[in-house]
Amino acid sequence: MNKIIKYVIADLLRSRTIMVYTAVLAVLSVSVFSMEDSAGKGVVSLLNIVLFVVPLVSLLFSTVYLYNSAEFIELLVSQPLRRDTIWISIFVGLAVAMSLAFMVGVGIPVVLYAATASGVMLMLCGAALSLIFVSVALWATVRVRDKARGIGLSILLWLYFALLFDAVVLFLLFQFSDYPIENGMVALSMLNPIDTSRILILLQVDVSAMMGYTGAIFRKFFGTDGGMAITATILVLWTVLPFWFSIRFFKRKDL
Amino acid sequence: MITIQHLSKKFGKLHVLDDVSLTLEGGQCIALIGPNGSGKTTLIKAILGMIVPQSGNITFKGKDIAHEWRYRNQIGYMPQMGRYPENMTIGQVLNMMKDIRKMPESALDNHLFIAFGLDGMLDKRMRTLSGGTRQKVSACLAFMFNPEVLILDEPTAGLDPLSTELLKDKIRAEKQQDKLIVITSHVLSDLDDLVTEVIYMQDGKPLFHKSLQALKAETGADRLSKAIAQVMATHELMEGTL
Repeated sequence: MNKIIKYVIADLLRSRTIMVYTAVLAVLSVSVFSMEDSAGKGVVSLLNIVLFVVPLVSLLFSTVYLYNSAEFIELLVSQPLRRDTIWISIFVGLAVAMSLAFMVGVGIPVVLYAATASGVMLMLCGAALSLIFVSVALWATVRVRDKARGIGLSILLWLYFALLFDAVVLFLLFQFSDYPIENGMVALSMLNPIDTSRILILLQVDVSAMMGYTGAIFRKFFGTDGGMAITATILVLWTVLPFWFSIRFFKRKDL
Repeated sequence: MITIQHLSKKFGKLHVLDDVSLTLEGGQCIALIGPNGSGKTTLIKAILGMIVPQSGNITFKGKDIAHEWRYRNQIGYMPQMGRYPENMTIGQVLNMMKDIRKMPESALDNHLFIAFGLDGMLDKRMRTLSGGTRQKVSACLAFMFNPEVLILDEPTAGLDPLSTELLKDKIRAEKQQDKLIVITSHVLSDLDDLVTEVIYMQDGKPLFHKSLQALKAETGADRLSKAIAQVMATHELMEGTL
């Protein structure tokens, strides 16, 4: 298995898109940190960029890569290899490449400018989001054979996670504003890894005081060890489940 | 060596393979021919486990290949269109395959690799290669590990005449070693002096599976292309009368 991972990573790290992605993240991080006067503010500004860009690039790049490697995957399947081995290797390769690009592009500036709890949380969440959206991309591409439709599905999924979900949450929030829904909001935020990450990071910065009663509920939940453990588990599930569905489907797929 | 029993495969409503039963023996060089979309490539992919049939089974040396993967160690496959990771060099692709097959360097068959002059282009990236050169890489990989079974899907498509001859010589040499070779091709003149048996596929069914001699004797033709043309003509005539 390690061998295929090695070659997939070598292939990915030489890809121009990954290099440009790393460079853009690095330029953005450095410029944000030099513009903002405090590390905390820098992290918040960077947070919005990261939560927008990381899922989009992880999802789209993985989707395009998988469709372009269709023949290569066929070649591997015709070799004496297990199908699970092939699929796991591709996942690990993509996951390592995307999170490495993020760690270099955002991680290094964060260590240099904002080595705080919020900075560390930003790095962890960004890496987790990279893994999650690689996994979602694997699931989307294995289900859809046509490249154009597959990329369309990826963009829709990203729109859902990045924009539509928040719109629905806001709608619910206003509709049920007369009821005590704060605990429900915690559960609801778990349905979207981007939201979960945003809350996790914001709670490390001191702006959560401005979030009112909901912020206090969030703090009460995410601030405890138990809450953190549950959140971490949810993020791991977000990585594992789409991947698990995709591998089950890939094992029966006609290539 | 390979036995196919009542194999059926549907893509949606389309019957790509319709109750195919065939026995492929070692020491034979079998031409798999038929019109476009007659199920040749699908049959090959089923043998390689790349598609999962709806019903029927395939045995390789007596063992069912469903959910198996080790038997592919004994198969060299040259796809119709070999595509490789774009950023990898020829050398890396070869190394990766050697890693997968775990064969000692001394046991490798580097004949085609040297004959095609690939040793001089190890550092070239796959995306810069022409279709013909990719085809050479595919051919090289198929023969490199001395497999007992060779499955070549349109091997000469895109190769220049010189390389085609080199490849045909190599196929002839392998035939002497009691290997099973399956070739699909639309260039029947390429197959004429290579094959010993012919399988003709139409609409997902093998219309016949005969030795080349028997086929030529029956049709009274001296060349494979003429024999096939005659078979197709009589087949259409029969279809017409039915």
